Amino acid sequence: MALTKEEVEKVALLARLRLSPDELELMTTQLNKIVEYVEQLREVDTTDVEPLAHPLPVTNVFRRDEVRPSLPREEALRNAPDHDDEFFLVPPVLE
Amino acid sequence: MSTTTDVAPYTVVIGLEVHVQLLTQSKLFCACRNRFGDPPNTNVCPVCLGMPGVLPVMNRQAFELALRAAVALNCKIARFTKWDRKNYYYPDLPKNYQISQYDLPFSSDGYLEIPVEGGTKRVGIIRVHLEEDAGKLLHGEGGKRSQVDLNRAGTPLLEIVTRPDMNSPAEARTFLEELRLLLRYLEVSDCNMQEGSLRCDANINLHVHHNGEIIATPIVEVKNMNSFRAVERAMAYEMERQYEEWKRTGARLGEVPKETRGWDENRNITVSQRRKEEASDYRYFPEPDLVPVTVTEEELERVRESIGELPAQRRLRFISGYALPEYDARVIVEQGKKFADYFERVARGLEHAKNASNWMLQDVLRTLNERGWTIEEFPIAAEKLCDLIRRVERREVNTHAAREVFAEMLEGGGDPGEIIERKGLAMVSDEDALRQVVAAVLDKNPKVIEDFKKKKGKKRAQVAGFVRGLVMRETRGKADASLVEKLVNEMIVERAGVGFDS
Ligand SMILES: [Zn+2]
Repeated sequence: MALTKEEVEKVALLARLRLSPDELELMTTQLNKIVEYVEQLREVDTTDVEPLAHPLPVTNVFRRDEVRPSLPREEALRNAPDHDDEFFLVPPVLE
Repeated sequence: MSTTTDVAPYTVVIGLEVHVQLLTQSKLFCACRNRFGDPPNTNVCPVCLGMPGVLPVMNRQAFELALRAAVALNCKIARFTKWDRKNYYYPDLPKNYQISQYDLPFSSDGYLEIPVEGGTKRVGIIRVHLEEDAGKLLHGEGGKRSQVDLNRAGTPLLEIVTRPDMNSPAEARTFLEELRLLLRYLEVSDCNMQEGSLRCDANINLHVHHNGEIIATPIVEVKNMNSFRAVERAMAYEMERQYEEWKRTGARLGEVPKETRGWDENRNITVSQRRKEEASDYRYFPEPDLVPVTVTEEELERVRESIGELPAQRRLRFISGYALPEYDARVIVEQGKKFADYFERVARGLEHAKNASNWMLQDVLRTLNERGWTIEEFPIAAEKLCDLIRRVERREVNTHAAREVFAEMLEGGGDPGEIIERKGLAMVSDEDALRQVVAAVLDKNPKVIEDFKKKKGKKRAQVAGFVRGLVMRETRGKADASLVEKLVNEMIVERAGVGFDS
């Protein structure tokens, strides 16, 4: 069940990645190799096996509803490509 | 309300998807403050900013509140629940996925009963699940850059999805009002649509009755409704639009892709929104950073006990326990838990709870509205108001004078007994004294008796009413009104020499 170029293009679009034709070619080959590798798992008979929700045999990890200090805003904004000292700035988004 | 009439040969079918923010101190997966209106990007940390290497930890209180809401909505609670990643890219979603619930939500299959004409109606709840909210995007004036505030990112959000059980715009609105009342009673959410702590989308289509056949039209999702009134109006607009569209195109459910329309508040219409390509491709998968949650029967029992009385039950109890008319019970409960609590504290000390209800729905409610107060800000203690109304019941003071006492208590506080004494407002019910006042009024206004003789029937009663007014003015409103009525009637008839009916 090989991935087609169109499928890889769609995944790229969903991930907001712009691929050149060469990159698309390369990604399709590489992704197919990865999928092929993972496909080996199909050899295992999973009839009557409950899907695993989490690999750890642990449930109910909670914390108390307590407020702790947040980051100073200056810190929070520091790594952003663009900001106006109050907000993160991004290319205009049209509703 | 049924829309199956000659005018509209169709039934409208509405389902709602409601999001409410939970009243926790901190966010769902980190310890940042969960509060509306703080300066932008001051309640953010590496977890809710989606920095690499951080781990979410679930807020226990958020899960508890979610459970409380789901139990009150009569949902089945899953003994085992997990969270999933919903993947999409948007600037208000720093992780590029939202932690939500997909195939194992913590609750499903519930209902909410809503008041409709002549009884109640059950609106089914498909599921209630707990997820995180996204940040807020502001679109600047010049349109050069958009601003992102991530204070809301990662705050706890409850998604409530109803069955398509509402059959009129009014029912959709009533459902929202009843849901808001319930969630406020439970102290799960403040459900403030202006502040976005309650948001609502709707799915709507028609079942057209045509040549003995029932034809379902394509479902349209309506967004951008910012008030309950907007929901009602958008639904009313949309059902007419869809009927016109069906007459024009004949399109049936399943024949065209689902359309999303936005409500335009200014133009009072819905507008088709550009379809997001690949919109539904969220590639859900189990959230590896959160372990599942299990709920035991004991925990559920504890939640059930903590819920206490719900608004619908309280309305019924007010009707049966306090002998209140249905209208009074509904309006009191609608004002919220604290208001209803206050009413009960007043009513318990009285002969007739209806007297408490009258004061609450008229004098108290009017004052709250005029001054923009909540009942918690209302300066008269329930016990004091009860004391005052009890004095009216015991005929120590009449209603007119009691209102004066009420006004005085509102401004300067104080005790009803003390105010009545100080201002000399005690009811005058000394029959001889009142008889003298009536005699004096009649002496001063001889024309009254002439009038009475000339007039007939109802007009005579009006003359008596006029005299009663004069007597009340003479006594500065303190006279026992029923005694005044009796004396005035007697003495007019005596002087005129004719009765009321002759
Ligand atoms: Zn945080």
